Amino acid sequence: MAVHETTRATAVRPPNRALRWLRRHIVTIAGLGTLGYLILPNLVVMVFSFNKPNGRFNYQWTRFSTDAWTDPCGVADMCGSLGLSLEIAVWATVGATVLGTMIAFALARYRFRARGGVGTLIFLPMAMPEVVMAASLATLFLNMGIQFGFWTILIAHITFCLSFVVTAVKARVMSMDPRLEQAAQDLYATPVQTFLRVTLPIAAPGIAAGALLSFALSFDDFIITNFNAGSTVTFPMFVWGSAQRGTPVQINVIGTAMFLVAVLCVFVGRTAGKKRRQRS
Amino acid sequence: MTHTETPRSSGGDVRLRGISKTYGSFTAVHPLDLTVPAGSFFALLGASGCGKTTTLRMIAGLEEPTTGTVELSGRDVTVLPPYKRQVNTVFQNYALFPHLDIYENVAFGLRRRGIKSVKKQVEEMLDLVQLGPMARRRPQQLSGGQQQRVAVARALINHPEVLLLDEPLGALDLKLRRQMQLELKRIQTEVGITFVHVTHDQEEAMTMADTVAVMNGGRVEQLGAPAELYENPATTFVANFLGTSNLIQAEVVEAGGEELLLRAGDAKLRLPARRCSAPARSGDKVLAGVRPEKVSLAHADAAGTLAEGRNRLPGRIKDASFIGVSTQYVVDVPGLGELAVYEQNIERDGRLVPGAEIVLHWNPAHTFALDADQDIDAGADLDEEAA
Amino acid sequence: MTTTETPAPPERPDTADSLEIRTTPVRKRLIPYWLLLPGILWLIVFFAAPLVYQASTSLQTGSLEEGFKVTWHVATYWDALAEYWPQFVRSVAYAAVATVLCLALGYPLAYLIAFKAGRWRNVVMILVIAPFFTSFLIRTLAWKTILADGGPVVGALNHLHVLDVTSALGITEGHRVLATPLAVVCGLTYNFLPFMVLPLYTSLERIDPRLHEAAGDLYARPATTFRRVTFPLSMPGVVAGTLLTFIPAAGDYINAELLGSTDQKMIGNVIQSQFLRVLDYPTAAALSFILMAAILAMVTLYIRKSGTEDLV
Repeated sequence: MAVHETTRATAVRPPNRALRWLRRHIVTIAGLGTLGYLILPNLVVMVFSFNKPNGRFNYQWTRFSTDAWTDPCGVADMCGSLGLSLEIAVWATVGATVLGTMIAFALARYRFRARGGVGTLIFLPMAMPEVVMAASLATLFLNMGIQFGFWTILIAHITFCLSFVVTAVKARVMSMDPRLEQAAQDLYATPVQTFLRVTLPIAAPGIAAGALLSFALSFDDFIITNFNAGSTVTFPMFVWGSAQRGTPVQINVIGTAMFLVAVLCVFVGRTAGKKRRQRS
Repeated sequence: MTHTETPRSSGGDVRLRGISKTYGSFTAVHPLDLTVPAGSFFALLGASGCGKTTTLRMIAGLEEPTTGTVELSGRDVTVLPPYKRQVNTVFQNYALFPHLDIYENVAFGLRRRGIKSVKKQVEEMLDLVQLGPMARRRPQQLSGGQQQRVAVARALINHPEVLLLDEPLGALDLKLRRQMQLELKRIQTEVGITFVHVTHDQEEAMTMADTVAVMNGGRVEQLGAPAELYENPATTFVANFLGTSNLIQAEVVEAGGEELLLRAGDAKLRLPARRCSAPARSGDKVLAGVRPEKVSLAHADAAGTLAEGRNRLPGRIKDASFIGVSTQYVVDVPGLGELAVYEQNIERDGRLVPGAEIVLHWNPAHTFALDADQDIDAGADLDEEAA
Repeated sequence: MTTTETPAPPERPDTADSLEIRTTPVRKRLIPYWLLLPGILWLIVFFAAPLVYQASTSLQTGSLEEGFKVTWHVATYWDALAEYWPQFVRSVAYAAVATVLCLALGYPLAYLIAFKAGRWRNVVMILVIAPFFTSFLIRTLAWKTILADGGPVVGALNHLHVLDVTSALGITEGHRVLATPLAVVCGLTYNFLPFMVLPLYTSLERIDPRLHEAAGDLYARPATTFRRVTFPLSMPGVVAGTLLTFIPAAGDYINAELLGSTDQKMIGNVIQSQFLRVLDYPTAAALSFILMAAILAMVTLYIRKSGTEDLV
């Protein structure tokens, strides 16, 4: 009787099993599909960095070539714009991280008047489309008669990175046990020593995250830069310009190189971290 | 003060005068005078929110008192920041620095005071708490008990005059807690430093401390040696919070001599006059108290065989729970309510089962009496909650 | 005992005077203000002040040659709205569709990373973040290749007659994808997807997996568990993700410019060309203000409705 039941059940199962498998893994399949959607353009960029297009535009596969990789700076002005973008990103990161960290500490650690106002002032730049911020800042520079260029770009970048640093650092400082600082004071650390030896090292991951985000945002920004750059050309602006005039393959080389360097950095960082943990 | 390298340092005394703390309209600690003698193990006992931690933090310098002064070894330190006080704290949940390893955690205080060669001292201290091999681990990699020992080592290495312990065993499981209680007591005897220990666990306070101050609602209810507090509670709160008490509404019938005579319901109870903490004249209302383990049970049939001169109350067993070393009875006494009785399981009378008519009896010398103008249940629920 | 540098104990008058109430010293109370000063000053000068400037610019009339003057010419707003309302509607519509798509695509991925990826979690996480490091303009241009008229994607869609359906619905034109609303929305969705996935992941990761077991134990089927437990608990992530997607998408002009035609221009394109090409600053300023006001109003309403006001 029982045996009979079992055989019947298995007989019905095959179509069911496939369905059940699908049902169980539907989330995974959908998630991997999304991941593919996210990665696909990067693969295209990578493949097309080995293309040798016929015309000025690199949108259609013609034939394999490593020309662009052997001569990455072969396009006029591109590597210059890349250098400028890096330089601006570094300074914007420094500026936004310093200013933002100070605000984050004030918000996370102290009660004071106008807290709500400060919170709103931090939140608004993030809740505003970039184009609005870009146009308003450019209006200010125009009205003040300030020459557009390196400095206006840098100011704009610090302004929009600031709020992100505050958010990242504040979250970290808020989650920190205030007893750690009290313990430091109890163990003869002056307020300055407490800050340098305990507070800062523990807040460091939050500060690093804010700085990294600033760097990425600044380096990749186009909209705000476009309004405030005048005739100065950053790397995203160079790409934008080439989209109208003709896209050199070298753009793909730079894009691929950045992608690979980033992945490499992450992996090296992770393995180093793992090794250190294993040692101890 | 002189600079010495010996690990043994004599403790200092702590003197609090009129110390209080208010936050806005909330008073955490009412003006309080307290002296902790040098070298003693002192416990502040109370339920959460009673002001014990605030008091501790004012001694540490982490909280500035609203009024009053703090003196350490005769020196006024009220306005000194924590890093200028010869006081160290073992924090609740330990507050070990997560970004430093065990060695650096322990060395932290020495380094801050500019001591260059810390190696020997740190290693000695880690050996004392049996964590030598763990020196290069991070706090997150240690168990709760090990973290606790690091916290103690980190504080003790500085040879403070006073060591403050804020619920140091709260995060440990019962067995480990017992073990650490003895361990801390041993360390205290060994180093001779004054320990001020904050806890909500009455058993912990009684096992470890020489002197216990029971706090309630920002005030010290009673202060004394553990046995003294247990045997002679001065308030209903202390009677209920430290262990369990049977409190019985009674009226003074006869006063003046060595003994007081009370009437509770239809029964007469006697007690030594010095064990009554309320002024008692004839006709006054008092609360008569007796600890459950001091009371004995006899079956109603055997009532005649009891010795003369014992306090007696008739009743009926409502509930009995066997818990190994003893049996706990709940007895319903007509007109007086329910009383608890703990009987050692030496010779068990088979007739003592729920429903049995019995007589409660105890030595009058074990009776105490309290002012009747208090909440009879004060502190009774808090104990449950805290444990 | 160790030496301390403590000065002799301060002379303290006895008990009577020590009952005075102590207060925190002024210097200590000023610390937060000193910390705030530089950053807040920066934001006031380079964020708040420009908005005021822009407000005044939007009320000016004049020309480049003669200069602009504040004439309280409110009509600029009505004219701008009358002329560019299709772009406004389009921006909101495209951004809304892209946000919904981001949520639909991003949720499974975030769920996958939080609960199913196991030891692959870090690898998947890197794959989500790493594309960020290639300039988004380059990646957007790659979609031109992917969606090219003669490419495999369009070929397949044609073969399956999908494009016939979408053309009938008006989201594509003829047998191509590029230069249609579909391409622009596809680009917007792609560009802002990580902004949806990361906050979703953060709030999903905080959910104790035992809650799923508990729900199952209490007779909830997987779908019910998701609807009654997982999704409500991930609400902060959903709200943050939709905001982080919708706001930039509504103001974006890059996807419309690179992947669309003149028929897919969004409000960002208009502001950009008014400001940088036509040099009609008052109109650009007025359009910016309308966009900002519309978005702030929508965001406020949304946050109120979703009941997560403590988000910020």
